[in-house]
Amino acid sequence: MQDRIDVSKAARGAGMLEAREIVFAYGRGRDILKGFNMSVKAGERVALVGPSGCGKSTLAQILAGMLRPKSGEVTIDGKPLPKKGFRPVQLIYQHPEKAVNPRLKLGKTLTEASSPDDALLAALGIEKAWMDRYPAELSGGELQRFCIARALAPETRFIIADEVSTMLDVITQAQIWELLCDVVSARGLGLIAVTHSAALAERVSERIITFDDKNSPPIK
Amino acid sequence: MKKLNRRTAAAIIAAAILAVILAIYIGGALLPAAAIDADFSQKGLPPSPGHIFGTDFLGRDMFVRTIKGLSLSLTVGAVASAISAVIALAVGLTAALGRGIVDHAVNWFIDVFMSVPHTVLIILISVALSRGAAGMLIGVAVTHWVSLARIIRGEVLQIRSAQYIAAARGFGKSRLWIARRHVLPHLLPQFFVGLILLFPHAIMHESGLTFLGFGLPPERPAIGIILAESMRYISSGAIWLAIFPGVSLVILVLLIDKLGSLVRYLLEPREAQM
Repeated sequence: MQDRIDVSKAARGAGMLEAREIVFAYGRGRDILKGFNMSVKAGERVALVGPSGCGKSTLAQILAGMLRPKSGEVTIDGKPLPKKGFRPVQLIYQHPEKAVNPRLKLGKTLTEASSPDDALLAALGIEKAWMDRYPAELSGGELQRFCIARALAPETRFIIADEVSTMLDVITQAQIWELLCDVVSARGLGLIAVTHSAALAERVSERIITFDDKNSPPIK
Repeated sequence: MKKLNRRTAAAIIAAAILAVILAIYIGGALLPAAAIDADFSQKGLPPSPGHIFGTDFLGRDMFVRTIKGLSLSLTVGAVASAISAVIALAVGLTAALGRGIVDHAVNWFIDVFMSVPHTVLIILISVALSRGAAGMLIGVAVTHWVSLARIIRGEVLQIRSAQYIAAARGFGKSRLWIARRHVLPHLLPQFFVGLILLFPHAIMHESGLTFLGFGLPPERPAIGIILAESMRYISSGAIWLAIFPGVSLVILVLLIDKLGSLVRYLLEPREAQM
């Protein structure tokens, strides 16, 4: 095992997000992730596919540095994820209405991480008039655009989109994915699309990692 | 004329209620003590244009006594509910932020506290502190924080686990920044509404306790004293001695309760759009 890690350390390049031998359980419960491995290069679009409840969202939170695994490590450029400050791996959630403070106008929410420029806002189809509105006044698709813009700060290196379009109608789903893929490509960011839809995964990603019962797909 | 939206209408009603409450408070504080001096030539008069609430067995004007009583009730209610709310905030935050054993201990303490009828507890505390204004005030203040503390604890726990807090942590924001930006805007409205809704409760306890003889001393112009005294004269037909002060107290309590509901409505942005 030690040899394997040492070898991989040597192979690590710049602009790589890696999860190695991740084991995770909630509290004293059973292990949800049992030695999970994966890696994503900068500018690469990868899909994590698996049925509901298989641990995809848990993994997404571990990759974003929001949950600590029981064992294993997540590295970016070969170094552990920073514990303080801005996290270079940003997670976009499934429910945008829960990911924004309902008491804050969206203009404030948008600028929480950085001040997105007009070009990005235009690319994402965010209208100026929405800045003075509360989250309850916008639709799920419109809110999700804010969440995407908020996550796309200058320091962001990888984006994890955790079922970001599941709650949206099909037209909005297509719009959101098109916008996200365009922005990610333009900036050279790595994208991890977490989804239970194999069709969506094929459409938006270059590589698919499928969750099986062992939760331990090999590094491809 | 343009029709007012519900939010503007609520703000106007809240301001009107606040003005009435302030008028009662200031009126009671400014009326000279001489206005309720005994005047035996006027004793036991029923309501009339000269004495709209009638006069009592010492010839004192019941309207003046009632306003002074309500003013005193407002003072006691404000102080008691403010102390109660601060205790609630401290206990609620301790439970929510302490988690683990601290949370369990605080919850256990709250359960024990709630299992004792609080009127009995107030009487015990009041008697232990030699009755009077201070005893009653402390009694009411230390027994009314429980439900608000639970609300604050629940609110903080809910906000702590919110995704937008996790997102803010991911942006590298400090605990202080998150507390100021996300937690306080949620907590303060709950706190202020809780504080306002404690107010009528505290007033009712003050009057009830004073009525039973455990509260304010008889020389104070309190509603509880007025109502206790009036009981002796009701059978002789002087029902105005009880009805006017009693109804005034109920109206005041209902007004404050309505004010609390309106403030809650005004502070909730979702309501604001309707």
